[in-house]
Amino acid sequence: MNLENTKELIINMGPQHPATHGVLRLVLEVEGEVIKRCIPYIGYLHRGVEKLSEDLTYVQSLPLTDRLDYLSSMVNNVGFCIAVEKLMGIEVPLRAKFIRTILSEMARICSHLVWIATHALDIGAMTVFLYAMRDREKLLELFEMVTGARLTVSYPRVGGVRCDINEEFINELSDFINKFPERVEEYETLIDKNRVWLKRTKGVGVITAEEAINWGLTGPTLRGSGVYYDVRKFFPYDAYDMVDFEVPIGKNGDIYDRYKCRMLEFRQSARIIKQCIEKLPEGAILAEESPKIRMPSSPLKIDKNDIQFEIYVEDRNIEDFIKKFTDVYASVEAPRGELGFYIVCDDSAKPYRMRVRAPSFVHAGVLPKLCEGALIADVIANIGSIDIVLGECDR
Amino acid sequence: MNPTEIVKRLKDSFPEEILWYRCFRNECDVTVKKEKNREILLYLKNTPSLEFDYLIDLTAVDYLGFREPRFDVVYHLMSIKHRHRIRIKAEVPEQGCCISSVADIWKTADWFERECFDMFGIIFKGHPDLRRILLPEDWNGFPLRKDYPVHSDLGDKEWKTYRELKEAARGWKDNES
Amino acid sequence: MDTLYLIAVTIIKTAIYFGLLMLHVAYATYAERKVIGHIQLRLGPMVVGPHGILQPIADIIKLIFKEDIIPSAVDRRIFTIAPLISLTAALSTFAVIPVSEGWVISDINVGILYVLGIAGIGIYGIIFAGWSSNSKYAFLGGLRSAAQMISYEVALAMSLVGVILMAESFNLTEIVNKQAQYPMGMFLLPQIIGYFVFVVAMLAETNRVPFDLPEAETELVAGYFVEYSGIRFSLFYLAEYLAMFCMSALATICFWGGWTVPPFLVEIFPFIGIIPGVVWFLLKVYFHMFLFFWLRGTLPRYRYDQLMSIGWKVLIPLALINIVITSIIKYYS
Repeated sequence: MNLENTKELIINMGPQHPATHGVLRLVLEVEGEVIKRCIPYIGYLHRGVEKLSEDLTYVQSLPLTDRLDYLSSMVNNVGFCIAVEKLMGIEVPLRAKFIRTILSEMARICSHLVWIATHALDIGAMTVFLYAMRDREKLLELFEMVTGARLTVSYPRVGGVRCDINEEFINELSDFINKFPERVEEYETLIDKNRVWLKRTKGVGVITAEEAINWGLTGPTLRGSGVYYDVRKFFPYDAYDMVDFEVPIGKNGDIYDRYKCRMLEFRQSARIIKQCIEKLPEGAILAEESPKIRMPSSPLKIDKNDIQFEIYVEDRNIEDFIKKFTDVYASVEAPRGELGFYIVCDDSAKPYRMRVRAPSFVHAGVLPKLCEGALIADVIANIGSIDIVLGECDR
Repeated sequence: MNPTEIVKRLKDSFPEEILWYRCFRNECDVTVKKEKNREILLYLKNTPSLEFDYLIDLTAVDYLGFREPRFDVVYHLMSIKHRHRIRIKAEVPEQGCCISSVADIWKTADWFERECFDMFGIIFKGHPDLRRILLPEDWNGFPLRKDYPVHSDLGDKEWKTYRELKEAARGWKDNES
Repeated sequence: MDTLYLIAVTIIKTAIYFGLLMLHVAYATYAERKVIGHIQLRLGPMVVGPHGILQPIADIIKLIFKEDIIPSAVDRRIFTIAPLISLTAALSTFAVIPVSEGWVISDINVGILYVLGIAGIGIYGIIFAGWSSNSKYAFLGGLRSAAQMISYEVALAMSLVGVILMAESFNLTEIVNKQAQYPMGMFLLPQIIGYFVFVVAMLAETNRVPFDLPEAETELVAGYFVEYSGIRFSLFYLAEYLAMFCMSALATICFWGGWTVPPFLVEIFPFIGIIPGVVWFLLKVYFHMFLFFWLRGTLPRYRYDQLMSIGWKVLIPLALINIVITSIIKYYS
C-alpha cells in the first residue's frame, strides 16, 4: 500500500459540540482514532471583564465576577470581595464570614454536581446527569431563598454580605446536608462500581505531580496528582481556619483520581457546612467601613499605614508612584482551583487594573499535553476531568 | 519564610537588578530590571529554602502617563513546600516592548504570556508559539492598554471581520425579503 | 394457480407482519423513553394522550413532515440510498423469523445463516451514510461502525454455532422444536456461555449502549447520521429498532425456546397452556428489549480500543470454547 500520500485527518471539535463544556474549540489531528496533535482555541466567550471593570466602580465590578464561573458565582464574588477587603484593610464581621463559608461550600457542591453530571454524560452514563440535577435543584432553591437569585447571586458585599440568613434556610440546609452524603454514595454506586467507568478513567490522562505543578494546575486537578495544595488550608480566608476539614488527595493523577478527589470533596463540603451551622455566631453582617453603593462614586478609603518600601535607584523620582499605586493579590479556592484576583488601586473609585487568575484558563492549557497520543474518546473524558468553565477561561 | 527576608536574599544575590521593593498588607513585591528576569526567577525557583516552584500568575499592568517605562510584567510566585508567595515585577518600556519568556521554566507561563501579548502587546522573546489567544487573530490593537477605549466608537478601526459579517448578514436579509 | 395463490398469501402475510412490526417499533421508542425516564427519576413523555401514549404517532407525523435537508457537499446518490439499504436489510431479516408454530413468512432451512447474512448488509447503509455525508464526524462514525460490526459479527455467529450443533439444524422452527427435550424447554442452560456472548455481541451489533460508539453522542455528536434529517433520519432510527427486535427475536428463538412454554410452568399452572405461543414469544422478546433499555439507562460507553479488545480477546475465545465443549458433549452423548 502506498502510504506516501496519506495525511492526518484534522477534526475541528467545537465551539459547538455537546461535550466541550461551552465554547471550547479543539483542533485535533488524528491518525485513525489516535490524536497526534491537539490545539485548543479559546476566546469565544471573551467579554473583556478585566477591561470593563476598569471603567466601573469596585461595587459595580462585583456582578461582573458572577459571570466568570457561572456555576459557582458565589465563590467568585467572595474572591473579589476578599481582594478589595484586603486592599482597604477591612475586617469582616464573624457572622458574615461564616455565612460566606456556608454559601461558598454550597456553591462548591453545586459546581461539583454539574461536573459529575456532565463528566458522566460525556463518558456515556446518562442517568447520573439527572440524579445530580435533582440535588442541584434543591441547592439552587436554597440559594434563591437567601440571595434572590439562582445562579448569578452577587450576594457578598465588600466587608460582609448583603442580607442575613434566617432560621428557615438553616433548617432546610441542615436537612439537605444530612441527606447529602447518602446521595453521594448513590452516585458512587452508579459509576464507581462500574467496570466500564473504571476502564475509561483509570490510567487515562495521567499527569504527574511535578508536571502538575509546572503546568500551574490547582484545585482537585492538582490534588488528583498527589500534591497537597489548597488555598483554604495554605492561606485561610473567611471561616476556613475555624472549621475542621480534610483535603483529599489522589495518587496517580489520572482521570479516576481527579474524580475521586472531587467525590471526597463533596463530603468535606458537607462537613464544613455542618460545622458552620453549628458555630454560626450572632452579630453584624456588614462591616461599618464597607463602601456603599453610591453614584457618583467616592474613592476607596485605603489605610496605607502598613506600606513599607525601599528604593535602590537614585536617579528616579518614584516615591510618589509607589505610594499611589497599591496592589494586592487575594485568592480563594474555587471549585475548579485557585481563583485569584490581582487588583491595582490608584486611589480612585475604580480599579486601575483588575486581573483574574482563572483556574479554567490554566487547565485548558494543559489539554494538548493530556490529549496527545490518546484516543478521541479520551479527549472528552479529559475535558470533563479537568472541569473547565469557558466563561471563566475566556473572561 | 518572611517576605522581607526573601527580598533581602534576593537583593544580596542581584544587587544591580533590584530597583525597589514594597511591602503592603504583608505582600512583598520586588521590581526588577527586565534584562535579568529569567535569572532572578530561576534563582527563586531553584534556591533551597526559597523554592518558588509554582507560578501562580503572570500578567501585566499599564501605567500610561504615570511612569516611564510604561508596563510592568507581574509574576506571582508561590512555594508549595514553604507556603510563601512573592510578587516580582519587571519594567518594560513601550519602545521595543519585549521581555524574555519564561515558558520553558514554567509550562503554565505559555498561555499566560500569550494572553499578555494579546492584551498588552508585550512580546515575549523565546516563546514557542506567540499568537493571540483570546481575541481573533486579525484584531487591531491591544485592549488592556490604557489608551484603548472601553466604549466602541471606533469607526474605521472596527474589527474588519465583524464588519464583513454584518454586511453579509444584511445581504442575506435582503435576499429573504 | 398454486403459484399465484402462494404469492397472494405471502403478500398478505408480509403486509400483516409489516404492519405489526411498525407498530412495535413505534411503541418501542415510547417504551424506551418511558423506561429510561423512570430510571432517571423522570416521567418520560406525558403530553400527547394519556401518559403520552400517542407520542410515537406525533413523532412519526413530525418526522414525515419535516424538511428533508440534503447538504450541498454530500454525494447525493449514495446519501439518499444509504438509509434505504439499512432499512431494507433490517426488514428482510424478519422474513424467516417464526413468531409461533408455522407463523412465518418463509420457513427456509438456513434461517440463521440468512438472518446473519442480511443483518451484515445493514452495515453498508451505515458505511455509505458515513462516507457520503462528507463530514468528518459522520466519517469517523461510519469507520467505527464498520470495524465494530465486522468484529462482533464473528462473535455473534460463533455464539450461535453451539445452538446449531445442538439443534442439528439451521432452520429456526426446527431449533425451537429441538429445545423441548432440554431443561426448562430452552437452550439457555446448556448454552449459557453462548447466550452470554450472544447478548454482548447483539448490543454491539445494534450499536446500543455500552457499545454505541458509531453514534457516540458526546464524541461524534451523532456519528454516521449527523447530516441526516427528517424522514431519512427516521429511517436509520427505524432500522436500529428493527435490528434490536430482530436480535431479541433471535435470542428468544435460539436460547429461550421461542414460543414454547417452559414445561415445568405448565405442570404447576396447567391453565397457562391455553395462552397462544405468540404471546410467550412476544413476552420473551419484550424482555430482551427491556434489557436494551435498561442497559442504556445504566452503563457508560466503552472506548473504541476497549470495544475491540473485548470483541476479539474475550468474546471470540469464549465462543470458541463454547463450540468445543458443545461438540465434545454432543459427540459422547
